[in-house]
Amino acid sequence: MEVKESTLALSKARKKLKKEQQELLKKRFFSNYSLMIGLVILSILVLLSVVGPFLIGYSPYEMTVNNRLQAPGANHLLGTDNFGRDLLSRIIHGSRSSLGVGVSIALITSVVGLTIGLYSSYYKRLDNILMRICDGLMAIPGILLAIALMAALGPKVENVIIALSIVFTPSVARIVRSAAIVVREQTFIEAMKSQGASSSRIIWLHIAPNVLSPLIVQATFIFADSIIIEAALSFLGAGIPAPAPSWGNILYDGKLVIFNAWWMTVFPGVMIILAVIGLNSLGDGLRDIMDPHYKKIKRKRTRKSEKERAV
Amino acid sequence: MWAYIIKRLLSLIPVLFIVSIVIFSIIHITPGDPTSFMLGEEATETELAAARTQLGLDLPIYEQYLNWVKKAATGNLGQSYHMNMSVNEAIMSHIGPTLSLAILAEIVALCIAIPLGIIAAVRRGTATDQTVMGISLLGMAIPSFLLALFLVLLIGVKLQWLPVAGYRPLESGLWNHVKYLIMPAISLGTIQAALIARMTRSSMLEVLNTNYIKMARAKGVVEKRVIFNHALQNAFLPILTVIGITFGGLVTGAVVTETIFNIPGIGSLIINSVSKRDYTVIQGVVLFVTFSYVMINLLIDILYGVIDPRVRLEEN
Repeated sequence: MEVKESTLALSKARKKLKKEQQELLKKRFFSNYSLMIGLVILSILVLLSVVGPFLIGYSPYEMTVNNRLQAPGANHLLGTDNFGRDLLSRIIHGSRSSLGVGVSIALITSVVGLTIGLYSSYYKRLDNILMRICDGLMAIPGILLAIALMAALGPKVENVIIALSIVFTPSVARIVRSAAIVVREQTFIEAMKSQGASSSRIIWLHIAPNVLSPLIVQATFIFADSIIIEAALSFLGAGIPAPAPSWGNILYDGKLVIFNAWWMTVFPGVMIILAVIGLNSLGDGLRDIMDPHYKKIKRKRTRKSEKERAV
Repeated sequence: MWAYIIKRLLSLIPVLFIVSIVIFSIIHITPGDPTSFMLGEEATETELAAARTQLGLDLPIYEQYLNWVKKAATGNLGQSYHMNMSVNEAIMSHIGPTLSLAILAEIVALCIAIPLGIIAAVRRGTATDQTVMGISLLGMAIPSFLLALFLVLLIGVKLQWLPVAGYRPLESGLWNHVKYLIMPAISLGTIQAALIARMTRSSMLEVLNTNYIKMARAKGVVEKRVIFNHALQNAFLPILTVIGITFGGLVTGAVVTETIFNIPGIGSLIINSVSKRDYTVIQGVVLFVTFSYVMINLLIDILYGVIDPRVRLEEN
C-alpha cells in the first residue's frame, strides 16, 4: 500500500515537473523576440506565396502593351512592368520561386551535409579526404563558383538548386562534423560500441539526433543566403530564366527602366530584405533556444559569412 | 616562426589541388563541347575535330588536366575563345577598375566602421550603442547589390548628384575617376562597415576590461588618451584581420556591383564570358581570384602569427 502511494506521488511530481518544464519552454519561446519576429515575417511571406496567387486577378505573364510602366495605383497596386505585366502578381509568384528555391537548397544541403559530416566524424581516413574537398570548395568564393557552375549547366531552376547546393554543402558538413566529433567522444557512444552496436546504428540513431540543432540553425542561414545569391544570379541573367517571375528577374527588368520605374526596383528589393531579415532572426532565435553553446558557433559563422557577405 | 610559415604553406597544397580539380571539371560538365559554341552551328565535323585537336580536347581527360595545371602553375591561363587575347591579358586589362573600387570601398568601410565601433564600445549599453548595433544588424541583412540599386534610384536618378553608371580611368583626373566610383564604393563599403564596426566594438570592449586600462585610468591618464593610445592600439589586431578578410570579399563581391554600374572590372569580365560561354576565361578568372583570395588569407594568418606569438603557439 505504502509503496503504491509513494509511486503515485512520484508520478504526480513527475507530471508537475514536466508541466513546469513545458511552461518554461513556452516562456522561453515567446520571450525570444528574434524568433518571434522571424516567425511572423516568414509566415506572412509563406502565406503570401501559397494563397496570394489565387487572390489577385492578374496573371504574372499576361502582357498588355497599353499598360506599360504604370505607376502604382488603384488598378495595379504596385504598378506594371516594362511589358505591361502586373507587378504585384509577379512579385507574389516570384516569392513562390524564390522561397521554393531557398527551401530546396536548405533541404538538400542539410541532408547531404549531414551525411558527409557524420561519416567523416566517424571514419578518420574518410574524414581526411572529405574535409580536404570541403576546404577546396570553400576556398572558391561562393558567388564565383555559382556563376561558373551556372555557365556550365545552363540557366534553369533545377541548375540553380544544384549549383547553390554544391556551394553551400561544405559549410553544413563542417558544422555537422565538428558537432559530431564532440558527441562521438561521449561515454554513451563507447558503451554502444562495447555492446556491439553496428557503426551505422551508432551514427544514425545515436550521433545524428545530437547534431540536429546546429544543423537546423545552419539550414535557416543557408536558406537566407541562397535567396540572396539566387536573386544575384537571376539579376545577372545567370539564374532562373527570363519569363518566369523571381525577385531577381524582376530586379533585372527593373534595372533596364530604372529611370522611369522606381517601383520595379524598390518592391522586389524590399521583399528580398524582408525574407533575409526574417530568416536571419529566425536562425538567431532558434540558436538561442536550442544550442547552449551558441556563442562559439556564432563566432565561426560570422567568420565564414564575412567572406560571403560582399555579395 | 619559420616552422609556422612552412606549415601554413604546406596546408595550401591540398586546397589548391582540389580547387584546380573543381575548376577544371566545370568545363567538362557542360553538355556538348566548347568547340561547337566557338565555331557556331554551321561548322562542319572536320572543322570541329580540327579545333578539338588544336585545343587539346581530344586527349584523355587526365592529360588535359595535367596540361592545364602545368600551364596554370607557370602563370599561363590559356587563350580566350572569343576575345583576341590570352586570359592573362584579359585579367590584367580588367583588374585596375576592380582594385580601385575595392580600395575605395575599404576606405568607405573604415571611415564609417572604426569611429562607430569605438563610440559604441565606449558608450556600451546606452542608446547610442544600441542604435549603432541595430543599424549594423540591418546592414548585414541587405545584400550590397540591392543597396547599390537603391543608391542609384536615390542619388543618381532622383537627386542627380552623381553619374548613374560608367567608369573613367585614373588618367582622366582623380576627381573624374573617383566620381564614378563613389556610389559603387558606398554600396560595397557600407555592408562591410557593418561587420567591421561589430568587430571593432567587441575588440575594444575586451581591451577596455583589462587591468592595464584600469591602471591607466587610476593613475589619472586623460580618458581620450586611454581610449586612443592604450586601448585602440591593442584592439587593432583582430580589426586588422577583419579588414583583410573583407578586402578579399570586396574583390569578389564587386562582381554584381560592377555590372550594375558598368565598371569594366573582373566582375564584368566573368559575366560577359558567361553570356558568350567563353570557358577558358571563366576558368581563368575563377582560378585567379580564388588564388589571390587564398593568398591574402594566408598572408593575414602569417602576419597574425608574426604580431601575436600566442597564435603560433596555439597552432603547435
